[in-house]
Amino acid sequence: MTTALTRRRFLIGAGIVGGALVVGYAFSGNGENTARQRFQKAGPEGGVALNGWVRIDPDGRIAVALPRAEMGQGVSTSLPMLLAEELEADWRMVGFEQAPRDPLYVNREILVDGVPFVPWDDGVAAETMRWAYEKSASLLGLQATGGSTSVRDGYYAMRQAGAAAREMLRRAAAARWNVPLSSCIAENGTIRSGKKSARYGELAAEAAAIALPEPPRLKDPAQWRLLGHSPARLDIPAKVTGKARYGIDIRLPGMVFAAFRPVPVFGAEIAGLDDSAARAMPGVKKILAVPGGIAAVATTTWQAQQAVDAVEFTLSGGAEDLSSETLLETFSATAARWDGHVFREEGDIGTALAGGRKIRAEYRVPFLAHACMEPMNCTAWIHDGQLEIWAPNQSADLAAMVAGGIADIDNDKITVHTPYLGGGFGRRADMDYVEIAVTLAHAMPGTPVQVTYSREADMRHDRFRPAAVSLFEASIDEQGQPLGLRNSIAGPSVVKSFVGRLLPGPFITPDKTTAEGAFDKPYEFPALQVMHETVDTPVPCGFWRSVGHSYNAFFFESFMDEIAHAAGRDPLAFRLSLLKNFPRHRALLEKLADGWNAPKAPGTGRGIALHDSFGSIVAQMVELYRPDEQAPIRIAKITVAVDCGYALHPQTVIRQMESGVIFALSAALHGEITIADGQIEQENFPDYEMIRMADAPPIEVHILNSGARLGGIGEPGTPPLAPALANALFDLTGRRIRRMPFGDVFGYA
Amino acid sequence: MIEIIVNGKRHSLDASPDMPLLWALRDILSLTGTKFGCGIGACGACTVHVDGAAVRSCSFTLDEARGRQITTIEGLQQNGRLHPLQAAWIAEQVPQCGYCQSGMIMASAALLADNPAADDNAIDKNITNICRCGTYGHIRKAIHRAAREMS
Ligand code: FES
Ligand code: FES
Repeated sequence: MTTALTRRRFLIGAGIVGGALVVGYAFSGNGENTARQRFQKAGPEGGVALNGWVRIDPDGRIAVALPRAEMGQGVSTSLPMLLAEELEADWRMVGFEQAPRDPLYVNREILVDGVPFVPWDDGVAAETMRWAYEKSASLLGLQATGGSTSVRDGYYAMRQAGAAAREMLRRAAAARWNVPLSSCIAENGTIRSGKKSARYGELAAEAAAIALPEPPRLKDPAQWRLLGHSPARLDIPAKVTGKARYGIDIRLPGMVFAAFRPVPVFGAEIAGLDDSAARAMPGVKKILAVPGGIAAVATTTWQAQQAVDAVEFTLSGGAEDLSSETLLETFSATAARWDGHVFREEGDIGTALAGGRKIRAEYRVPFLAHACMEPMNCTAWIHDGQLEIWAPNQSADLAAMVAGGIADIDNDKITVHTPYLGGGFGRRADMDYVEIAVTLAHAMPGTPVQVTYSREADMRHDRFRPAAVSLFEASIDEQGQPLGLRNSIAGPSVVKSFVGRLLPGPFITPDKTTAEGAFDKPYEFPALQVMHETVDTPVPCGFWRSVGHSYNAFFFESFMDEIAHAAGRDPLAFRLSLLKNFPRHRALLEKLADGWNAPKAPGTGRGIALHDSFGSIVAQMVELYRPDEQAPIRIAKITVAVDCGYALHPQTVIRQMESGVIFALSAALHGEITIADGQIEQENFPDYEMIRMADAPPIEVHILNSGARLGGIGEPGTPPLAPALANALFDLTGRRIRRMPFGDVFGYA
Repeated sequence: MIEIIVNGKRHSLDASPDMPLLWALRDILSLTGTKFGCGIGACGACTVHVDGAAVRSCSFTLDEARGRQITTIEGLQQNGRLHPLQAAWIAEQVPQCGYCQSGMIMASAALLADNPAADDNAIDKNITNICRCGTYGHIRKAIHRAAREMS
């Protein structure tokens, strides 16, 4: 356990290599294991896999096994970079191949952020639990992509694998030339010793036979050539020519196409069904009940769509009276009871709130859909006693588990292919599209079936970001010093909903994601209490880029602004004064301070927010402009300062910040899923609108490399935007925004 | 039988004249570079050129496409050379998930063909496609870069 604890405290730049757990793990890749053999077989004749992560092909190309899904976040470049750095590979020769399912490729980090401890707590209890969660992820064999963990996880395994391969090549050269190992230098895809030199490809076969006697040493970060730079992304050329293959692009001989129509009312069942008209339509092959609704199979997707729409059915049961408005009222009443699960309690909150001047506010956010640009889809094919699935997914193991149950096929006879994902945002951690495709393939053995959701099905059959209500009370003394703050949040639990749908057994522990972004704020209040009460609803909820942070950041950072204004303090200075023990947070705010303190032109407003999530800290400042009271308000600029420990591929960090900001801006201005009569009211982009070119503001990103433990970057850019924007609106107009979305303030419908 | 010309090649399709061009391209001709995003003309993922103009192929029937010159992302390269927009997209490292980018590039190509000096205003007006990954700023830069290269 000690080594695992050491590893979690590993600091980049310190050059300490901890983690026997990880070393042993990567090392299993050096023996005769299945992953290595399989990776070798997947390559061309004469290719040599040195472990499960890297293969050297006869043409000198280096193939890196990509254990995570590429969904835009850039892992198909950053993960190979980690390996190539240690391998001393010639980067121009490096490519990636999607790794198959194998225990070697599990994501040990995926559950770690789920611990109900504040991130800076490195006490024994917190670290033990993080270690236990890591272990569980390994044991569960979760080959999953999410939680902004890919690079944090790969930072160990990929470098270890590259270093091991490098050492095998050096030893092979030393043996071939009969020279001391120390004289063999690995550089740019070549081993040199004196005047002798050989390309990796020439040494690969001999290297493959070598068993390393000791764990390889990792490079001192000061010697890095690749990490810390931003080479061109490996996936981009295929994405500008139309050649990149997404799940929806899979084409197989004899394939048929399916469309899906979800049951429109939550919890309802199909009581009666008339598909005679649908069956008679051209190209239609089958109409079938599938999990969550009905599907039609036809020669083309369009014919299937027409057919599935022509099916008539009646419903029974279900939550026909459900409305999102009523749900929000329930959450509000629940929050007001102040008896939820307490995630954090410090100081004497009762006494603190008894004195001073009281500030109280209630905030609300709606349900949200993911609306990945590539609608949910999956292709399944049962042949020769095997099941093959092509699924743009965020968890290949879950896909196989779900598929095996439906098709009654053993796990080891299931192959899951993970093509490019046209966006994920947490949506593809769910498996409904796999269930449907496999149900259809099971009914048509021997025939590959591809199901594609219409946008309407995608939006209405989503697993939604939960709606939530958050109630705050704080008090300040006469000097404007805060005495205490308490926060009661109420709404559905994503993890409970997810586990209930997908995993056996009940979910009993409190779901940390419901309160994340509230209970783990670093602000030093003399007294603090944060609680969340889970309210079960018939609405399926799922992971949505930054999960609980997506709403708690809006609540908390907006309320911080309220306290600052009530206390007559500058919002940035007020935050700084409550971060005495948090130098990384202060540095980010100070980075924005020049812009913040610059003289303000008439008709402009500024807002700020600071938020930690997924191991990274992000501060954002929004600047608004309105030439006169009648003109619409425009966003002049958004400035981001991020500390993710160290930016391994700075351009990707910048892009993910920008992406997170635009994603959050769509939600802040437009995002709202409403429910009436048990049905989702929105169904396509006009009623669930997105930021487009004309509305996309300039975004400036500053990276602060603090050298702290690596943080994620896919999600942390999202949470601070909505509060920074709402705070800027207050600055400009004096109007406090306590609900999302608020595009109406900007003149959007 | 419906005759359409895609990327210079003639195809006879046994399909309903009401079928949107998008699905004929994707499911019959297996030209999957053109993407499906919404099916109602609201996102632009399915943008192709019809006689040089940008058209949202999910809302354009085979009947309308008869005998017209259709270009998809697969046909944008000339003599094996990337279109200047594709090169600019690589130079500016635009795509993230990449799913919207075929449509973005096709819409931009039609814009520059029509207005080689497209300014920010023209870009705002004409590039109305959705990118859920939020690559708009870099798309804008790439269009300007390609316009410079082409002039
Ligand atoms: S799919 Fe055609 S515009 Fe969206
Ligand atoms: S790059 Fe993902 S939708 Fe545009």
